[in-house]
Amino acid sequence: MAITTKNLTCIVCPRGCTLTVTLNSDLENPVVSVEGQGCKRGVDYATAECTHPTRVLTTTAPTVDGGVVPCKTDRAIPRELLFEAMKAVNTLSAPAVVRIGDVLLENLLGTGANIVATANRG
Amino acid sequence: MQNYVDKTAPYTALVVIGGGPAGMAAAVAAYDDGVRDMVILERDLNAGGILRQCIHNGFGLHRFGEELTGPEYADRYHKMVVERGIAIKTGATVLDVTPSDEEGVAAYVTAISEAEGMFTLRAGAVVLAMGCRERSKGALNIAGTRPAGIYSAGTAQRFVNMEGYMPGRKVVILGSGDIGLIMARRMTLEGAEVKAVCELMPYSGGLARNITQCLDDFGIPLMLSHTVTQIHGKERLTGVTVSKVDEKRRPIPGSEIYFECDTLLLSVGLIPENELTRGANIGMDGITGGATVDQYRQTSLKGVFACGNVLHVHDLVDYVSEEAALAGSSAAAHLRGELTEGRTITLKTDGKVRYTVPQAVTVTENTADVTVYFRPSDIYRDVTVTVREGGVDGNVISKKKRIKVAPGEMETITIKAADLNATTADTLLVSIEESAKKGGNA
Repeated sequence: MAITTKNLTCIVCPRGCTLTVTLNSDLENPVVSVEGQGCKRGVDYATAECTHPTRVLTTTAPTVDGGVVPCKTDRAIPRELLFEAMKAVNTLSAPAVVRIGDVLLENLLGTGANIVATANRG
Repeated sequence: MQNYVDKTAPYTALVVIGGGPAGMAAAVAAYDDGVRDMVILERDLNAGGILRQCIHNGFGLHRFGEELTGPEYADRYHKMVVERGIAIKTGATVLDVTPSDEEGVAAYVTAISEAEGMFTLRAGAVVLAMGCRERSKGALNIAGTRPAGIYSAGTAQRFVNMEGYMPGRKVVILGSGDIGLIMARRMTLEGAEVKAVCELMPYSGGLARNITQCLDDFGIPLMLSHTVTQIHGKERLTGVTVSKVDEKRRPIPGSEIYFECDTLLLSVGLIPENELTRGANIGMDGITGGATVDQYRQTSLKGVFACGNVLHVHDLVDYVSEEAALAGSSAAAHLRGELTEGRTITLKTDGKVRYTVPQAVTVTENTADVTVYFRPSDIYRDVTVTVREGGVDGNVISKKKRIKVAPGEMETITIKAADLNATTADTLLVSIEESAKKGGNA
């Protein structure tokens, strides 16, 4: 049995709790316990971070008139897909007039996440 | 400045200077407390302030219970302003605030806009919400040439996020404040190679979460106790020399490392933008760079309030909104004649508490509990934050234990109204004290 502990900084909110995670690499879900969280979301974060880390991507998408519009994934996507996701977003040609929440790209890379506008434009 | 006194100018009950998150939240709170005759003056062409270029998320968890990006957070407040029919003049730059000796007029506010030219308002109350700007001083102290390719992090942020231009491809960032960390990730995602983030201090001034998700995620080294000591390049930046610094922040000879880069971003702090405040001879705090205020966020000039980053630089916009709502409500109370004079208790700090906001408390029969915001000077662990009457040996009227406090994260402590009313002290000392060691084998 391989029991290890790992310190993480929770990134769910700006409070940035320091989490101590106890891991057992023999288990399918290696997270045995989490300590230091200010709220329940810390446990979810620590579990995800030690199994399959995810991130919300925030970036800008090119618009047809040569500008950019701020956008994000409407849910967290696997961290290893961030650069591939950037490529997909940078080849978009978003309308010149967009409103917050408008979907600019559906089901990004098959993740189920959509790219949505985060600012009003035009 | 007497030129700007115009006793024939139109009266406006409340003039809010700045249409960023602070100004909008102050205006909304004042409206909800009954003020109708008001205007927000914003110098940019759109409301929203710096949030418009802060496209990353993490805003609004406290205020709205959900994670928003900067433009989304700004839009929430802009909607509240529009729904209430609050007048907002964009493209209007305030030139001057002059104290008034007229009854019921706090100040004359003079502004200029393309639409109206120059105009003056006789303001019953004023909320100062001008925000802050980036420090550029760091750049001036670096030896070498002055080629193209050196930007403040916020300027680069505007280029990338609003104009759609990349400032460069090989980047070194000086300063590990949040904007620097956020830009390290942003530039990396857009294809640049961020070689290092250098920090003069032995700790980062940014939020811990940003070190994780902006640097660690991408393997960007954070070089603590390092600074840029030489700039290279003639037309365009070709590289920088980075040196380790000793405990007195002096570069250590022989520790130089050369980084080839075409871009240097400076994220070396923010300065409250208080030219108007100083012009009105309002009392200033040398540490925060903002006005000194009481718990109502009222400045030394009666009827003039300050909130947001013009008062002190905040870490979270959620706290800016909270403080601005307080300033807006206080302005409404002032207009109703409810902010009466009282006994002033000055808040002092020990060396471990860098500053407090408010800097003073006005005690009247209506005094409520007061939340004091403060910033530690350094990282301290296992400490007790105390508020004592008078000085270090004074009676403790409020205390709170903290496992860790850090300069990058604002702290609070509350003083109960009953204690404020009961105390006869004219100063209170806010300090960070080492927790007493437990006796025996605890």
